[in-house]
Amino acid sequence: MTPTIFIPCDAAALAVGADKVAAAIANELSARGLEATIVRNGSRGLHWLEPLVEVRTGHGRIAYGPVRPADVPGLFDAGFLSGGDHPLCHGRTKEMPYLKGQTRLTFARCGVTDPLSLEDYRHYQGLKGLEKAVTMTPADIVREVTDSGLRGRGGAGFPTGIKWNTVLGAPGAQKYIVCNADEGDSGTFADRMIMEGDPFVLIEGMAIAGIATGATRGYIYTRSEYPHAVAIMRKAIEIARRAGILGPSVLGSAHAFDMEVRVGAGAYVCGEETSLLNSLEGKRGVVRAKPPLPALEGLFGCPTVVNNVMSLASVPVILDRGAAFYRDFGVGRSHGTIPIQLAGNIKHGGLYETAFGLTLGELIHDIGGGTASGRPVKAVQVGGPLGAYFPPALFDTVFDYEAFAARGGLIGHAGIVVFDDTADMLKQARFAMEFCAVESCGKCTPCRLGAVRGTEVLDKIAKGESPEANIALLEDLCNTMKLGSLCALGGFAPYPVESALTHFPDDFDKNPFLQAAE
Amino acid sequence: MGLQDSAQNITERTAEIVSRNAQLEGPLLPILHDVHHAFGCVPEAAIQPIADGLNLSRAEVHGVVSFYHDFRKSPAGRHTLKLCRAEACQSVGGDQLAEDVMRALGIDWHETTPDGRITLEPVYCLGLCSCAPAAMMDDTLHGRLDATSVKDIVAEASR
Repeated sequence: MTPTIFIPCDAAALAVGADKVAAAIANELSARGLEATIVRNGSRGLHWLEPLVEVRTGHGRIAYGPVRPADVPGLFDAGFLSGGDHPLCHGRTKEMPYLKGQTRLTFARCGVTDPLSLEDYRHYQGLKGLEKAVTMTPADIVREVTDSGLRGRGGAGFPTGIKWNTVLGAPGAQKYIVCNADEGDSGTFADRMIMEGDPFVLIEGMAIAGIATGATRGYIYTRSEYPHAVAIMRKAIEIARRAGILGPSVLGSAHAFDMEVRVGAGAYVCGEETSLLNSLEGKRGVVRAKPPLPALEGLFGCPTVVNNVMSLASVPVILDRGAAFYRDFGVGRSHGTIPIQLAGNIKHGGLYETAFGLTLGELIHDIGGGTASGRPVKAVQVGGPLGAYFPPALFDTVFDYEAFAARGGLIGHAGIVVFDDTADMLKQARFAMEFCAVESCGKCTPCRLGAVRGTEVLDKIAKGESPEANIALLEDLCNTMKLGSLCALGGFAPYPVESALTHFPDDFDKNPFLQAAE
Repeated sequence: MGLQDSAQNITERTAEIVSRNAQLEGPLLPILHDVHHAFGCVPEAAIQPIADGLNLSRAEVHGVVSFYHDFRKSPAGRHTLKLCRAEACQSVGGDQLAEDVMRALGIDWHETTPDGRITLEPVYCLGLCSCAPAAMMDDTLHGRLDATSVKDIVAEASR
């Protein structure tokens, strides 16, 4: 049997040299006159071990990583083609604790398969959800998704089934499925990983959404910063079209559905759904006032489902295994699994899909292994640039929508960025305001002007200028932005600022006399 | 973009791009991406043919071009280094790294080295937050950067 070697083509693996490793392995194979099949799979999500090379053997897949090109001859000497031992060997991939502890529903195939192999996709339970969906009525599909308890994974946590139901009931000759893949939050990469590692699951999810709501066209709106995801997604759509998964007759049914990828142009605010719709229409990505809801008047004024990549990629498994199966995972009103992204200054950074309900502390220390620098954790930012900073004192917070909201935070797209004790929280607060100022669409005053003024006020506090008065001013400004902004950009930018101020007041105490004395 | 791109050449090539994308729903962004790819920027001379082709005013097209960070008014240097400035990269020394790069190149954000070799642009997240600090040199991604590796990347682009 010709051995199979898996070398990820995920952007995170490429960024740390996966292509060079692949070239080194190919060279070594030919130099030694050996034969092996090289598969470029997605990433398993153990990013600190990337490039993570796997070899398929008689007793499962064996993992080696992080592999550098210089390690390759040694791996061959150690007989890695038959799973030989080596200092970089982690044994059977499946048995690695980081993977074994996960519940992979949405990411079941990511890192396992060749992303562009439909054969692989089918072999690992792909298309079962869509095959079921084409035999169901739209109302039954919507009910299944509603009953699963799936909530929007983009951040707002709105029940997906209810949104679909609105679109299903909305009159309109043309309806759309828009996938929000404008994953701009720092600390998040789950959407990118799915698009690069298992693109068919997103296509399948969107096709199901189309059948469920009567939409015949879909768009994936993603970022220009994700060129690899764009290329793989486009190839996958072409393959799906040729296989009859997309087109005038989805899987031979009476339903038509087709889709394409559209690329943004570096505007963070286009991750906001109404701004995204304007951008798709070819306009400035300014936010629209709601109502009307996009479900009723969305893309080109037509009823439109706007869902996050993770929401849509979770639909196939729900249809395949049933609403009850999915619903049984999780806690409280947060059902199912959530792909958590561990990022920043963390030892074991990567993707960890698990049922809702772990605490922040478990995620950061037990799973993430603490900081990469080895220094104590000072703060973690959850939910991207608009998410609150949590101090270790709040690490008992349970990872679910309501628990985070109760503590003045949001889980957002479930990215966690860890900072060690060298972080200056005043600087982080200033960055939040600066970022909001750079990315504001300019439509509403609290965001457009507030973010600029917020940056200025924080600069004054940093200089130690009348700190009490300026902190009071900052708090007032944050309140205005929260209550008066049109969308989450201006509305949530105060979260990192206020949480930094509340939990790390010492960092805002920049007495000029004390500083001079230091 | 070659310096020889005359206004007429730009107009003709842009009109061609517009007609190629005309059947799309909401064609303006795809058109602007194609124009940007062809000329390394969205030149002033491209605005009118786009407006003509889509039945928009010049002001509307200009409004869209100026809204998005990606669209340049003039071409960048021969290489573009996009350094991530977002939080995950900050948490592992991204700010210091950026300062080092700026000092080494003698330029600030959005600037090009005097010899036209490298343009430095900030980027807010490349989705490589678990192997930060991260950067993109032209189309190539780089993660787990440090002072040495970023110097190597810049040196390679200088050759």
